[in-house]
Order: sequence, then C-alpha cells, then structure tokens
Amino acid sequence: MAFFLIIMLEAFILALLIAQASLNISSMQGALKEKKTLVRSLKLTDLCLFTEARYTRHLSQADLNTPFQDHPLSLEHFPSGSFTLPTNLISKRK
Amino acid sequence: MIELSKVRKVFNADNPNEFSALNGVSVKISQHQLTVLTGPSGSGKTTLLSIIGCMSRPTAGRVRLDGRVISSLPERFLTDIRRKTFGFIFQQPNLIKGLTVLENVMLPAYPLGESYSLLKAKAIFGLDSLGIANKANAKVEWLSGGEAQRASIARALINNPSIIIADEPTAHLDTNLSFRFMEIIENFKTEGKTVIISSHDPLVYNSSLVDRLIKLRDGQIEG
Amino acid sequence: MIDWIERQRYIIDFTLSSLLRRKVKNFGLLALYTLIVFILASTMFFTYSIKKEASIILSESPEIIVQKLSAGRHDQFPLSQMETLKKIRGVAEVLPRLWGYYYEGGLGANYTLLVPPVTTNKNGIEETTDSITSVENKENAPDNPDKPLFQYNDTKLKPGTIIIGQGIARTRNSHVGDFMPFRAYDGSIVGFEIKGILSSESELVSSDLILISEQDFRSLFGIGNDFVTDVTVAVVNPHEVSTVASKIVNILPDSRPITREDILRTYESIFNWRGGMMIVIFSAAVLAFVIFAWDKASGLSAGERQEIGILKAIGWETSDVILMKFWEGAVISLTAFFSGAILAYIHVFFTGSLIFEPALKGWSVLYPHFVLTPFISVEQLATLFFITVIPYTVATIVPTWRAATIDPDSAMRHSGD
Repeated sequence: MAFFLIIMLEAFILALLIAQASLNISSMQGALKEKKTLVRSLKLTDLCLFTEARYTRHLSQADLNTPFQDHPLSLEHFPSGSFTLPTNLISKRK
Repeated sequence: MIELSKVRKVFNADNPNEFSALNGVSVKISQHQLTVLTGPSGSGKTTLLSIIGCMSRPTAGRVRLDGRVISSLPERFLTDIRRKTFGFIFQQPNLIKGLTVLENVMLPAYPLGESYSLLKAKAIFGLDSLGIANKANAKVEWLSGGEAQRASIARALINNPSIIIADEPTAHLDTNLSFRFMEIIENFKTEGKTVIISSHDPLVYNSSLVDRLIKLRDGQIEG
Repeated sequence: MIDWIERQRYIIDFTLSSLLRRKVKNFGLLALYTLIVFILASTMFFTYSIKKEASIILSESPEIIVQKLSAGRHDQFPLSQMETLKKIRGVAEVLPRLWGYYYEGGLGANYTLLVPPVTTNKNGIEETTDSITSVENKENAPDNPDKPLFQYNDTKLKPGTIIIGQGIARTRNSHVGDFMPFRAYDGSIVGFEIKGILSSESELVSSDLILISEQDFRSLFGIGNDFVTDVTVAVVNPHEVSTVASKIVNILPDSRPITREDILRTYESIFNWRGGMMIVIFSAAVLAFVIFAWDKASGLSAGERQEIGILKAIGWETSDVILMKFWEGAVISLTAFFSGAILAYIHVFFTGSLIFEPALKGWSVLYPHFVLTPFISVEQLATLFFITVIPYTVATIVPTWRAATIDPDSAMRHSGD
C-alpha cells in the first residue's frame, strides 16, 4: 500500500502548498498595496514584464500599428512579443 | 455430476474457415472419479474440457452441473461457478511472469476479497503440500518445469474446487515428473475430488487410477 | 463491504506489481506524464497569477489616458488641448504625463523615464506628488504595515537628481549617490545624481523606471514647454468613463483615449492561448498527451492480452480486469498529477519560473525580479485534473472493453511462450 501513502503524501503536500499560498497572499498584501500606491501616484499603466520594445513595455499604450512597424522581421520581439497579443484592445474599439 | 447432452461447438460460424470441434457429444461424468479424455490431437478434447469447465459455451446442446443447466447462464454467473467449482491445470503452467510464486497462487482468489492473512496461509499450505513452499517468494521465471507445474496446481486449488480439470498435464514433463504428477492426482482422489484429464499420454490413460476412459475422435465419442 | 474493500486492495496490489514488472516503460511513462502536467500547471499557475496581480495593481491606473495620434503614431500632446478636455462635462481633472524611453547603448537596455505627476495643493501651489520615493528604507519599520511607503524624506526630486528602479540599479550596479550619464537629444552628455532607488517589492511595475524632474526631462529630450507625452483624465462619475471617452474622440478626432477598462482588458488577455509561445507549449503538451493516449487506446500488447487470458481462465471476470486497468490508469495519472502540480508550484512560486525565465526575458536586458503572489484556486487544480487525469484514465480503460472478447479458454489454447 505504499502507493496510497505516496498519493496521500502528495495530496497533503499540495494541500500544504495551497495553504501556504493563501498565507502568502495575505503576507504579500503589503507589497501589493505598495505596487498599487505606486501605480496610483505615478499614474502608471503597465506591468514591467518585457523591456525590449515599446509595445511590450507598455502593452496597453502601444499605438495601433506598433507591433509591426519597428522591423520587418520583428526579431527583437520574438520570445516575449510572441507571448502577447498585438493590442487587441484596439480591435475591440470602434 | 456433470451431464452433457448433444453438445456441439462450432468455431468461426458462417465463415469459410468454419469448423466444428464437437458434433453432438452426450456424456455423464460422475463425482469423485478420475475421468480421462483421450484421442488424437484435434479430436475436440480441449474444447470439451473448456465447455465442462464453464470457460466457453456450447453452440448447441445443454450442460448440467449437479442438475442445474449452466450452458445458458450469462458470463458473470458462469465465472462465479467456474472459480468456486473448478480448478484448472493447463498444458502450459500459464504463470504470470514477474510475480512471485505466492502471488501467482493467490491470484484466482483476488476478486473474492478474502482476508489476506487467511489467503496467504492457504496458499502456503497448498505449496507446502506440493513440496515447493521454499519457493514461495521466488519469481516464477526461476522455477524448473516441474516446479512451475506444481505452482500452477497450487493455484488451481486455492479456491478449494470440487472438480479438477487438467488439459494435457504431462505434455511437457519427463517420465519421472509425470509419475510425480499422477501421485498428486491420486491424492486428489483420496480427498474425494472429481478429476477430469485430457491426455494422449499412455502413462496417464493406462494408469490404474483411471475410473473411466472416454475416447474422442472427430468431435464425437467413440465406442 | 469489507469484501469490496479487500477486493479493491487485492486488485490494486496486483496492478502495482504489474506496473513494477515493467519498470522502465512505466517509469518512463510516469516521467513524461509528470512533465506534461508540470508544464501545463506551471503555465496555468504563472499566467493566472500574473493576470490576477495585474488586475489588482492596475485597478489603480488612470481612468482615461488621452494620446495624440499623428500619421498612426503616438505623438506629443499639445498642452493647449488640455483646456478643451477640461470643458467636457463629466471631466473632473486633466493632468499631463511626461514619460518616454531612453536606450542605453552600452548595456543595450531600455529605460522608461517618467516625470512624477504634479498636482495643485489646497493653497494653489504646485507640488510634485513625489511622495513617490518608496526608497528602500526598511530599517525604519520593517514590520509596520502602516509605514508611509512613499515619503518625501530627503529624497525629494530636484533638478539634477533621479530615482531609479531596482532593475536598473542591478543591471548597472548603481548605488545612491552615483552619477548616471545620459546622452541628450543634442548630443551633449548630462549626468544625474541617483538620489534613491525604488523598492524591490514594487519591481513588477517599477523595475526599469527612472523618475526625473520635469525640467531635466524636457532638456534631455528637447521637448518644448507646450507639449506633454499624454494626459490623464479623471471623471466625476465612474460609470460615465466610456461616455466621456467617446466625447473626447468627438471633440479631438486625432486623439485616442485609453480607458482603465482597456488596460485591464489588455492584461486579462495577455498570455492568451493564441500567443506564440503559449501555442508552442500547449500544442507540444497536447501532442505528447495524444500520442500516449493513442498508444493506450490503440490496444493491448500481445503480452497483455495473454495475461488477461490467463486471468480470465483462472476465474477473473471481465469487470475485474477492467477494474485492474482502471487502477492502472488511476495510479499513473494521479501520481503524475500530484507530482506535476507540486513541482509546478515550486517552480512558479519558489524559483520564480526558472524554466520560463529565458523565454519571458526575451531580449530584455532589464528583467524585473519579481515574486509572484501565489494566486491559486481550487478551480485551477480541478481544471488541470479534468484535462489530464480523466482522459488518461479513460484511455486506459477503453481498450480493455475489447479484452472482454478474449475468451477464458484462450489460455488453454496457446502453447509455448
């Protein structure tokens, strides 16, 4: 019945991790609040995830044609550029 | 008592390769006796054994076990009857590789859900009475031919069946081991079990233990 | 009932020893399966957390930002148009923003230069709200949640000084008091003194920021006093944001308002499944999964068929065989599910998505070090469970139905191994 022990153990670890997650969320409220305050006071609009190009740094501020205008091959945007969509908020606006 | 009436078995029905293994066999097999089926290969011995042992159903005809018609029962009931009533010894030991002898012996009882300690004691006892208790924890790959067969006999006995069915049990044994096998059969008889063997080995069908000899040819009983 | 439990136990026992008999194959399978769950779970945890975090943080972003567009490009916003915006009904406040990018050739890094917004206080005197400088000052009150995170201290932003984000400090190895050189629009080199460094907790939004005074910003980039980068508009009634936004487009046709909703929606759809990397990850995982589900579903090996034949011959019912196969699927998929999920959690929340990092970094020289808040929900795990464990277990059982056609007497008929 070693299998059940392993499964129980794993389920228990996962439960612990989830518990840890909720603890962590509350312990990170300070940092979250700090980020929120910074966003409010500096009037920021975007997460600093990818700094290599205008449209990846300020995803929501990119103008209508940004993703395709810098370089025909857009090589410098490959991995991070490929995670994100080209300003889909534009397409939803009339 | 097992009673077969006009049993037929057809394989690959309605196909060009249709072939009839049994053609109207009617026979009564009494309890507490050693019955031997003999005949050339292809005469229908194995088919007859598998029908008697509830492993397959006849195409036509009836099979009665202690007066109850079993040939028309659904698979579930048939399996239940089979595992409580019959013990099978195959031509090949048919042990499952990678498991120990003990596990192999206990295997038929798994779906019944008996208590583990009881089952294990039974299995050890069975192996012991066949003289291979020392091999209980060995993997079956490491057994000699005779040991493997005795392990398969122990497996056949684990659910304490009243009828033992053996299909060409001596086919892969040398003379010495074949005699040892017949000694085991003798013990079954003294315990009051019904034994049905199919064999074309004279050492078996000429044995003094045999109570009744049934000769098969072309799917029918001779004489 | 006891019999039933014992029966399950025996069959699980048998299943486990069956699995152990084919160690290499089954451990390989388990490892591959775990890897797939791990990748799927990591992606799921990561994207969910970052989306959730974005939605919380960016709920504080400006209600409307108005850009000016010229020939399809983002252009400087003329200050004169601010008055036009202020006259729109429902607009509470219009404030300019000054920000831009600076490319540092030596490092190949891009910085975001930003002038802290200016507000008018009660006395009508303009003052920068550079309350901002959440400078690393943990020693003041590390455990006090009420500590003023943004304070004037003595790091007030004066011309000639800047405050930089952690990412920049790390990449450049800069410290407070250092001078940081910039090449201005006219080619001259200007140095600014680093007066403070933004906190590392806020790196997710501030890693590449350089806070600079308005005067310095204008002289660095040669932007005249009549222009700003864009403006923010606050509305009186939060429900009227979209109405105000459409009024802005009517009055200033060459402008483009971006509402907070738009920003949040952008981050809601970031890491959409259609994104290049995502589609690579998902299709690889799905493909691998299909391959081994196919392998399972396409049938039983000769060895397995023979074994099932023996089991049926010695008195196992078809249902016992199916039960055994069910447990076989369940054992492998449950183990893989739990191991994969645990590893993914560790990967995403303890190691900071170590494996994804190279891909996420892309060509950025400046990459923020951030610890994701572990937003994780039971629904996520349930989804993961349903897309991994269930199909596999089903795929294991399906071919076993065909095993029902293996006659118990097949064991009597085969001869020789």
